[in-house]
Order: sequence, then structure tokens, then C-alpha cells
Amino acid sequence: MIIDHPLFGPRDASEFVYLGDASLMDRPDWKSETAAQDFHAYAYLRDNPAGPHRELWFHEGGDRSWLVITRDTVTHEITRVELARDVARKQRAPQ
Amino acid sequence: MHDLTPITALGGSAARSDTIAGLTLTERPDVALASVAARLGQETATRAAVGTLIGTEAPGPGHLAGGEVRAFWIGPDQWMIEAPFATHENIATILRAVTGPAASVTEQTDAWTRFDLSGEDLVPVLELLSNLDHRRMASGHATRTTIHHLGCYLVRSAANTASIYGPRASAGSLHHAILGAMGAGL
Amino acid sequence: MKDTSAEGDVRQIEPASPGQPNRLPGGRLDRATTLPFTFDGKAYSGHPGDTLASALLANGVRLMGRSFKYHRPRGPLTAGSEEPNALVELRSGARREPNTRATTAELYHGLVATSQNRWPSLRFDAMAINDRLSPFLTAGFYYKTFMWPASFWEKLYEPIIRRAAGLGALSMKPDPDEYDKGFKHCDLLVIGSGPAGMMAALTAGRSGADVILADEDFEMGGRLLSETFSIADQSGADWAAQTVAELSSLPNVRLMPRTTIIGAFDHGIYGAVERLGDHLAQPAQGTPRQVLWRLTTKRTILAAGATERPIVFNNNDRPGIMGAAALRTYANRFAVTAAPRVAIFTCNDDGHRSAADLHAKGVKIAAVIDTRPDAPRATDYEVLAGAKVTDTRGRLGLTFAEIALADGAARTIEVGALGMAGGWNPNVHLTCHQRGRPVWDDAIAAFVPGGTLPPGMVVAGAAAGALSTHGALSQGAEAASAAVSELGNRTDPDNLPEAEDAPVAQTPFWYVTGADRAWLDQQNDVTVKDVKLSHREGFRAVEHLKRYTTLGMATDQGKTSNMAGLAIMAELAGKTIPGLGTTMFRPPYTPVPIATFAGRIKGRAFHPTRLTPSHYWAKEQGAVFVEVGNWLRAQWFPEPGETHWRQSVDREVAATRASVGICDCTTLGKIDVQGTDAAVFLNLIYANGFAKLPVGRVRYGLMLREDGIALDDGTAARLAEDHFIVTTTTANAGKVYQHMEFVRQCLVPDLDVQLISTTEAWAQYAVAGPNSRALLRKVVDPAFDISNEGFPFMACGEVTICGGLRARLFRISFSGELAYELAVPARYGDALMRRLMAAGQDFDVTPYGTEALGVMRIEKGHVAGNELNGTTTAANLGLGRMVSKKKDCIGSILSERDGLNAPDDLRLVGLKPVDPSAKITAGGHLMATDGPVDAAHDQGYVTSAAFSPTMGSMIGLAFLRRGADRLGERLRLVSPLTDLTVEVEICSAHFVDPEGVRLRA
Repeated sequence: MIIDHPLFGPRDASEFVYLGDASLMDRPDWKSETAAQDFHAYAYLRDNPAGPHRELWFHEGGDRSWLVITRDTVTHEITRVELARDVARKQRAPQ
Repeated sequence: MHDLTPITALGGSAARSDTIAGLTLTERPDVALASVAARLGQETATRAAVGTLIGTEAPGPGHLAGGEVRAFWIGPDQWMIEAPFATHENIATILRAVTGPAASVTEQTDAWTRFDLSGEDLVPVLELLSNLDHRRMASGHATRTTIHHLGCYLVRSAANTASIYGPRASAGSLHHAILGAMGAGL
Repeated sequence: MKDTSAEGDVRQIEPASPGQPNRLPGGRLDRATTLPFTFDGKAYSGHPGDTLASALLANGVRLMGRSFKYHRPRGPLTAGSEEPNALVELRSGARREPNTRATTAELYHGLVATSQNRWPSLRFDAMAINDRLSPFLTAGFYYKTFMWPASFWEKLYEPIIRRAAGLGALSMKPDPDEYDKGFKHCDLLVIGSGPAGMMAALTAGRSGADVILADEDFEMGGRLLSETFSIADQSGADWAAQTVAELSSLPNVRLMPRTTIIGAFDHGIYGAVERLGDHLAQPAQGTPRQVLWRLTTKRTILAAGATERPIVFNNNDRPGIMGAAALRTYANRFAVTAAPRVAIFTCNDDGHRSAADLHAKGVKIAAVIDTRPDAPRATDYEVLAGAKVTDTRGRLGLTFAEIALADGAARTIEVGALGMAGGWNPNVHLTCHQRGRPVWDDAIAAFVPGGTLPPGMVVAGAAAGALSTHGALSQGAEAASAAVSELGNRTDPDNLPEAEDAPVAQTPFWYVTGADRAWLDQQNDVTVKDVKLSHREGFRAVEHLKRYTTLGMATDQGKTSNMAGLAIMAELAGKTIPGLGTTMFRPPYTPVPIATFAGRIKGRAFHPTRLTPSHYWAKEQGAVFVEVGNWLRAQWFPEPGETHWRQSVDREVAATRASVGICDCTTLGKIDVQGTDAAVFLNLIYANGFAKLPVGRVRYGLMLREDGIALDDGTAARLAEDHFIVTTTTANAGKVYQHMEFVRQCLVPDLDVQLISTTEAWAQYAVAGPNSRALLRKVVDPAFDISNEGFPFMACGEVTICGGLRARLFRISFSGELAYELAVPARYGDALMRRLMAAGQDFDVTPYGTEALGVMRIEKGHVAGNELNGTTTAANLGLGRMVSKKKDCIGSILSERDGLNAPDDLRLVGLKPVDPSAKITAGGHLMATDGPVDAAHDQGYVTSAAFSPTMGSMIGLAFLRRGADRLGERLRLVSPLTDLTVEVEICSAHFVDPEGVRLRA
């Protein structure tokens, strides 16, 4: 596969390490009353869609950026690539 | 002045040089390296400091800039600065004096070993080593790439020269891989 | 009725080359040069431009191999890479290369080839008895015949079958040649250099686009080299040569002959095998024989052409029976005929083209047998309209063909070669590598590319079902124009060169009714009878048919056989061919040697080797090395007189504990952590707290995974308020760095923290033992106070040594002794080790390796990789209290789960044998002193074990249920695998200096 890195442009997927579902970025609040259940869901429960999937890849053989990649698990078509740090900051920004 | 004698990454007392089929590969222990990473909110100041260090604008992703002191981009708001070892052995301290608290500076001199590959046409050699579009990597390009499972930086400072920075501990494996590609005669 | 006039009809061919009786005039050969070669030890000659098959045919040799199962005599069926039959062992000795297709092997001076799968000789093969036994050897025979008794399978049946049925043999010697891998990028890849590919490359090349044109053949031109029709008033072959010359002159076009595109992968990536040295006796020194290229493309035009399909009739596999278009290729391109007298069996007009071309070259056409009653007439030879070939004769090669005429009469004709023209199948293979399924085209009765093609791929020419030359040229030009404009270039509206544009229709004719011992898959000996059997026994789905009969499973992947097999099964099942479907095409398109996939990544270069800074010094000392990941570390340092590793290791441990020892610990991961939030960041990463660690101090830290399991351990040293150095275990350096970057970028993107690995930048040595301070005092510059008060246990700081070299000193201990780790820039590591050894002579300083390191950490009860094994929690490790509840940290919440906190959880303990001479093994399990030994009674397991010179016996670390409460208890250590049962006593894991007095001395 080819991953269109937001800073580098197209790079071979062999330079990247796959982690999994991008929901891993949504780490629950440890102080919440439901923290135990929240962390259980966070650590173990994943959707397994046949179709578009947002997932985390690490550009180990590149600039060491974590990327959020939207990839169709059936066709491998990649429709979006974002720097995870930007995504994480946007999530944290007050709406 | 201390009295410890350094060795090169390949284990020699002097830099090694090999010539095969009109191509030359030279070990370059005579450079000092340090990474400069912007502190949070200090990206502009750091970029400016890098510019001051190299005497020109800090390079963007995939690029190299500067002269005797040069910088290449290694990550978002992060650069590798290279300078002559003879004058910059203590490179982290020297750079920190310029960046001040705007950036985190880390000595990288011996994390890497630099090999310079030079010759008329480097593309056939580089194509056997790394998955980049080497025909389009003009002078001034610099990027991370993988060579025989080793994470390296490839820096094109001139049309007939490529600097390959590999992990120092694997200098022997990297050297072997490059010599093999040079001898392939493609 | 035998055609008795045949003999008198044979026209004597004037051999165009001496000693090559079947050589014709013309062709694309360099006749000025003669190439001697041998086949089965017999000397022959050919010319540059020949393949082994064409040269053998020129020499009158039709018999080139034996079939897989029945050992039937076989000759070439084709003139290309789809060849099922003419497989030989090429070269000799270590370079022997089995299963090489004679039809693609380029002839070179001194070529040596040997036939395979026969004994004692090709002409007399004892195993041909299998052909007589064929009623017992039908499809699936090995499933049925060799069922009983079961134990005979491995010992008796399988070895016999494997010996009797097979292909060529390996040399069993290391391949002396180099192979390589590489990477190329282009905007447009054109696969195949026939009229479509050539026109596509020309159109795109003239526009300035960045083009690679690849073809498996050694000469570019594809089918144009085999045909006689003209393009733009010159021969097709001349037009091809002229076009190749123009393409070669374009700097933006790269030509890759002898290059097979073996697979289409995601996002425009293609695999290619370039054969650089296969046409030479041996490649030049250093030059790879083959290169596996990974091609990254933006657009691809597949112009892979088409494969002629045979017709199936009884005994259709004799040497001399081959594709009619292959006969045409041999005649036009290689100037060879398989025999002086030839017949053609066809169901379409293409067969007549072969007859005309062969006739024009002076070959006698005995007859054209056309299944169509309305077959075109010819004046130069007899056409038998509405006739069929029903059987053939000839023991080692075709001698007679038996024909059923339109009126039902039988006729026998004497021929040495018979061409089969069953029509053409587009080569759709690469279109299917990304889930694409071909679709049926009734007009040509064949599958054409359909469904979803690999992204960026367009198919042109015969591969797309356009079987005329004009069709191929225009599709190639169109595909290239479209691709080029998508890439942002512009093409000139080229005038297409004029070429034949005969309407192509193909009438399907798969097999002659009544045929049974009629070969579909010639390499795997699958006959019509086998397909019928498969149908009868219920293996009717296309994938079942393939596996039950092995149809299409040979090295040629059924390129010439699958279609007829499908057609027959469809007919039996009452379905249409598209209704039955096709099997999946997968890479590689043609076989690839394993050596090519390996490239240079073999032997010692299989993975990179990492050398420690003291490596060259250690080698001088005669150290024994061990691989730790990619690192090569000194395992122990044998001294003269030591004959067993234990002697060396025991000495190293004792000497270190008695005085001072030095160990290279550079391999531990080092991560530089800086930023105003560095301490906050480490608080999140580590289970224990780091916020309050003072500058100039080191702390042991345990990292958890989010699920509460231990990830890694190490130390963090605070060099400044905003600067830490984190160490990881050797094995986890990469993983921990990746984890820390994940937390930094994805979880806490607004913290001011920067990370970078510095593992290799610093040579780091552990200096351990009661005299370590005294030794260091001799190298650390006097300005630095390293007294116990000035530099206490867990202190760290930047110092200078040996008169001014920058260094880092950490007072940490893995061994349990008074100990330090001293780091200098890696280039000085070698000199520092020599200096420490020289300075330490007064103390009998001893270098120690990883074994002694391991022994001392077990004696001290420090956990390592064996204990941090991916299943253990902080509580299991006895470090439960380290997990801070006052702050958030990765793994904190889930480490509190009930399941990880049961009352009878595992706890880390030490153990020693009751009998001091008894053995303890890691991996053994702990059971009560008596009672059953089984999983239900398992109480724990041993993770680490070593002989402790300090304790005078073996000792171990173990995880034991309620272990903390069971010190002093006796248990049974059992290791059924090594047949060991030992009584052990549970004790504290800290065998040496449990109070930690030595550390603080």
C-alpha cells in the first residue's frame, strides 16, 4: 500500500507500523465514576467494519509521526490521512 | 584536553574509503550532529534559530539547507543540525546557546554514522537500497528511508553525492549493503 | 485408411544451418555466430536469438521431458512462458536449476541442459510403467489408494510417490550467485511489448511521460516477432525494432526486457523479476542473476497479450503436437520447424494463418483439419472442412494423426508435428490480483478483464480481447493518451500506423467428442477422464475440481489447460462456462526462485548486526558472543585454562562481587525526554511517580500497558528540571519509544515534551563491585565529587573524564553491588574500555558478559525479560505498591480489575533446591511435594534459573500462587519435558544483600 503522508507525500506502507482503531486516542477520564467500565471498553471493545475504518499508523521509518488513516478494509482504498497530533488537538479544543 | 582516542563506526582509526566501478563510498566521522526540536509554542522561534545556525531559512519536510553548518528536517518542528566535528564536537552546548529555551537540543553525533556515496550516476545503486524515487530526488532533498531493514537518512547535497546516515552500531551491515549495491553493476 | 501417399510428399528442407536439420531460412537469429550446447550429454548447436527449445527443435529433437505422473514422453507445447511440458534442469553443479522452461531459456555458448523426471534415460524411462497403470492412478488416487494402514503413509507411500512423481531435483548446494532486490518508481508502467504495449509506450513516451516498458521476453515486440503481417508498410518485427530504437532514445522511457511482472499489489505497486544473468553461463562478479523489483506506479497499462489454447483429443500430448501459433513462432521468429511435415487442427481462421506461414517457409502442410464445415479453402494445401483429429500415434514423438472426416470416414496422415489452434485466451491474470473477476465475452468465447481492476490499471490489446493488430495498436494508443492526460501530460494525436484489422471471432471448440485419455493439464497429467471422475464424485465447484484433479496446479498454473477443463465441467454440470466461474489467479504470474525473494538478505546479512562500542576490544579478548535481537553482545570472556562456560561465568561473578567488574550495557534503550512538561509526561508513562524526582537523581520505573500488564522497566535520570534520560530494556527499546510517541502525540498533544532516541550515541559501561568507586576515581576528573556523600546511591550527573571528555555518570546497580554506569560518546567507547581495564589492574578488574550479568541479577532478585513476559502485573512482580493511586498513569485503572487481583495471585519468589547439587530449570512448574502433577494442581512456574557461585547452588526466580506468604515452604519443581523432579524451598527473591547495604556503601 501507499500512504499519502500529509507532510512527505506518498510513502510505502512498509515504512509504517500499524496499531489499530483510532478510538485508542479517546482515552477515558481516570477520575470518572465509571472509569473501570470506560477503560474496559477503551482497551477491549472495537468495531470491526467491512468498509471505511479510521486507524492509527506510526511512521517509524519516516518522521515518527502517528497518523490517523481512513482506509477501506475491503478494498484498502485510503481516503484520508491526518497527523494524529492535529486530530488529538482538535478533539481537545473547546467547541 | 582528554587523551581518549576515538574509533570510527567501522572500527578503524581513520575513515574508510572504498571505490568500486567508478563509485566511491567514504566514511565521514568528521561531522557532529544534534537534533533541535521546538518546545510547545516556540515553533517560530526555533525555526528562526535554525535559520540563524545555518545562515538560511530552515528547511521544510523532505529537505536540506545550509552550507558548512547544515540542517535537514526530521519531523514536525524538528531538525538535525550538522557541523564540522573539529569545531563543533560539543555541538549540543553550541546550539543551545543559539536556541535558548525555545528548543530541546540533543547530541546525536555518535547515534549515526555518515557514509558519502559519490560518482557519476548514483540512481542504480540507490535503487537497490531504498524505496524512494531516487531519479526525482534532486540536490537539496533529505528524507528518512529504510536500507536493508535499517532506518537511515538519505541526504542529497549534490547531484553526484548522497550522504547516507545509518545507525552507528550497524555501520558494518550498512557498509556491506552499500558496497554490494555498488558492485552490482546495474 | 492410411494415407500412403504421405511419404512421397515430404519436401526435403534445405537445412539453413549445418547440422540443424529443421532450421528454416529467415528468423531473428544471428546466424554468423554458432552456439554449441548439450542436452542429456549430447552436443548440438544453435544461434544467438534461439531458446533452448527452438535450438533443440532445429536439431530435430522433439522429446524434451517426461510428464509428472505417467512419465509420458513430452515435447514443447508452446513457445513461451506458459509452457507445461518442456521443463529441464539447466546448468550443472551448484548452479543446477530444475524445472526451467526450455521455451524461455535463452541459448548461450556452452549451455548444459538435462532432462528430468526420468530413469534411466529420457528415451527409455522405466517409470513409464505408470502410464500402463493409469487406471489406478486417476484423480484423487492418493487419497483413495494409500489410506491403509495409516502408518505406511509417511514411511512407505509418500517417499515412493515423491520419487516417482516429480519435477527436477535441487542441487542441494548453496547457490553461488547473487540475487538482489530493488525499487523503481514510474508514472506509467506498460506491461508487455506487443503491438498494444509498444504503441502505448510510444504514445506516452513521446508525450514526455515517465514510462517503464517491461516484457518477459529477451527481445521486445511480443507477438509482432512471430507474425508476418505488416505495420505501416514494414514487417511487424521491423516496426517493433524501429519503435524500440525510438523508445531507447527517449530519456523518459526505461525499457526492461527479460522482466516479468509477477503480481499487482495495492495502490499501484507491482512485483517484477528482472533476469540479468540467466542468459549467461554465469553472471559477472557481483552482478545479481535476478533482481526482484518493487515498482511503484501511478498508472499501468496491461498489454499482456493472449495465450493460444489447445484442442483436446485422445493422445494429444505426444512430442510434436503443439500450439499452431507456437509452430508459427518457431517458423517466423526462430526459423525452425518441429518437423518437415506438419498438419494443423483448427476451429478458427488463425490456424490457417499458421499453415500459410509454415508453407511460405517451405514446410509441407499435410492438411489443415478445420472443425468448421464452412472452413476457408486454400490452394497451397488441403483443407479438411468439418473434420477432427481423433487420435495420434508415435512412441517418443508424433508419427501419425488419425482424422475423422466430415462424412464420417477415417483417414490417417503421417506428420511429425501437429498444430492446434483452439483460439486465444486473453492474459487476464494480473487484473485478478486485486479481487477482480474476469467476465465472459461471447464474441471471442473467452474471459476478458472485468469487475474491479487494480486501481490505476487499464488493459489494452489482446489482453482486453482486442485480437487484431489494429485493435491492439489503437487500444494501446488510447490507453496511453488517457493515462498521460490524467498524469498531466498531453499527447499528440498520433496517426496510428496502418495494420491488419481482420474481424476476429472465435468459435469455441474445446474437445473432440469421445476423447478420454486426452490431456488437459499436460504437466500434472490431468485428462478429460479425470474431470469426468471429479464430476461423478461430486467435486464440481471450480475450486474443488482444481484441487481434486490438480488441474492448473502445476508450475504453469494451468495457462494452457484451465479453460478446457472448465468447459468440460460446465458441459457435464449443465452450466455455462461463466456460470461455473474461474479459479482465482494469484501472484506470481510465473515461478520465481526463492533466492530471488531472498535477494541479499541471507546468511549473515539476514538481519543487520549491531555491534557494541567495546566489540573490537572484546573480540581481542576472545569473548564468546551471543545475539540479543540484532545486537552481538559478549556472553563471557574465557581465560586460558577454562574449558567450560560455567568456569568463566562463575569467575566473572565472583571477581565482580569481590572487587570490580565491567560490562558493556550500551544496548539498553536510551530515550532523551525534554520539555517543561517532561516530568508530567513521565508520570503518565510510568506506574510510579516522577514529578518529585530531584535533579541529579535516578529512579527505577515500571511501565504498564493500558490493560494493566507490565510493559517494560528501566530507569529515568533527571539531568535538569526539563531533561530526563529514560532507559528501557534492550529488547523493548523500539516498542517503548513507539509507545511514548503514541502517548505524546495522540493522548497528550498539548504537553511540552520532546522525545528522541539516543541509544547508540553513548557507549555505556556498568562498573560494579566494592572497588568500583576506587576505579572510577582514576578516570573521572578530580573536579567531580563521587564520594558516597557527594554522589550517593541513585545519583546521576554530567561529568568529565580522562582530562575533559564529556560523560554521564549514574549510580545504579543491576548486580546488587556498589555500582555505576558511565556513558561517553560512542566513538570513545573503545578507548574508555581499554582505559578502565588498564586503570583497574590494581583491583584485578574483570570484564563480564551477559551470562554473569544474568546470574548477578537473579542473585539480586531483579526482574528482566523472563519476568516481564507479557502476562505479569506489577502485583505479580511484587511491585504492586509502586502503582500510584494518586495520579493517572497508563494501566492504572485496569490494573485494579478483580481478575488481576485475586487472593491467590502469583507473586515473585526465589527458590533453591533442598539438595544443593540438584538442578533448577526455567520453565519448570511448581507442585505440592506429593500428589498429582497436572495443570489443575499447578501452583506456579520458574522464570529464571542459574548456578549462583555466591550461594553455591542453583537458584531460581518463580511466580507462585500466594508466593509472598509461603517463604520457607517446600514444593516440588517438575519439568516433564526435561524429565526433572526436584524438591525446592521457597525463599525471598533477594538472595544477595537483601537489605541493600552494598548498593549504598
